[in-house]
Amino acid sequence: MFKKDLTSSSKSKVKSSAQRAIRARILETYPLLEPHIDTILPKKDQLELVKLPDRVSLYTLNNVPLFFQHMDDAILPHLTLVHKYPDCFTRLRIDRGAIRFVLSGATLMAPGLTSPGGRLPGDEQDGEGRYGREELEAGEVVVIEAEGKENACFVGVLKMGTAEMKKVKKGQACEAGHYLGDGLWGLQFG
Amino acid sequence: MADAAPAGPKQVVYCGVCSLPPEYCEFGGTVKKCEEWLKEHHPEMHSKYYSAEAIEQNMSALSVDAQKRAEKDAQKKAAKAATAEARAQEQRATSKVVIKRIERNKRKYVTAVQGLEHFGLDIKKCAKDFGKKFATGSSVTKIPGGGDEITVQGDLSDDILDFILATYKSVPEDNVDCIEDKKKKAAG
Repeated sequence: MFKKDLTSSSKSKVKSSAQRAIRARILETYPLLEPHIDTILPKKDQLELVKLPDRVSLYTLNNVPLFFQHMDDAILPHLTLVHKYPDCFTRLRIDRGAIRFVLSGATLMAPGLTSPGGRLPGDEQDGEGRYGREELEAGEVVVIEAEGKENACFVGVLKMGTAEMKKVKKGQACEAGHYLGDGLWGLQFG
Repeated sequence: MADAAPAGPKQVVYCGVCSLPPEYCEFGGTVKKCEEWLKEHHPEMHSKYYSAEAIEQNMSALSVDAQKRAEKDAQKKAAKAATAEARAQEQRATSKVVIKRIERNKRKYVTAVQGLEHFGLDIKKCAKDFGKKFATGSSVTKIPGGGDEITVQGDLSDDILDFILATYKSVPEDNVDCIEDKKKKAAG
């Protein structure tokens, strides 16, 4: 989505009613964020909306990017936020070989997740249940981590249910979203 | 893999060179520089990510074939990053800031400043700074040839020159030109 470098244009303040709506929506999408929501998005603070190309809107607070949204699609967290609260999102893991493709903006493919290095929900090697037990449906927001790395490298929307992925082991797994080092990542505020 | 306690956000260090978390530096194309930066700023992380066994472990995770491909890819990326940087540097060396005094109406002048954006400055902010410093109107205007320039009301060419050199250290003195625009009068 953000393969090219971005230039942020206008920044505007979000109406407090709209801000409440966004907050509610975030909580609905990411129930696990509930305990942190007051730190991430204090009720009183003024949220700002930055318009990006291709009808993407980015919500920032004090020049810290928090969430972005393409038109009325799912509201996705910015990776800096994911890094701060890694446990609050549904996560998957890709194997090492796939990292370099993801970081250059490729669509995430299923083999990267199904191979031994990758993790899907209900993986036997995942003892602590870090990657969840329930199968995920297409259209859910996932954070992608990488084999041998601590931090997430990609945020996107699933294109294929995880159960199907395990069966087919082919095809596109995740829509192009926000990855480390992309235009959104490199965007400067000030 | 320390899980963040529900109390507070997890702090993540980002590389000062490529802006990624240091563990991803190896995919950024500027590995050498990132490594140096990390060594200087976070030695404990440096020893974690760049120790011999860490690298070996990374390598063993891939098949030989994939390793080769990855290496080739990394080299290409590094070369690309290097050329991009060289080009940026060259542009910085050759590009100029032009301060132009334009006569508007006999004894009235405006001062136009072009080219500040080549030095990594935000011209909108600069315009604001000029306006504040000199207490005059100062705006960013589009010029016919494409691009933007800062227009400051009043004849301030010398003052602006001094101000730029004093405030924006990234602009070398030799790259600032001060010219007077007389053609406008002749044409109009």
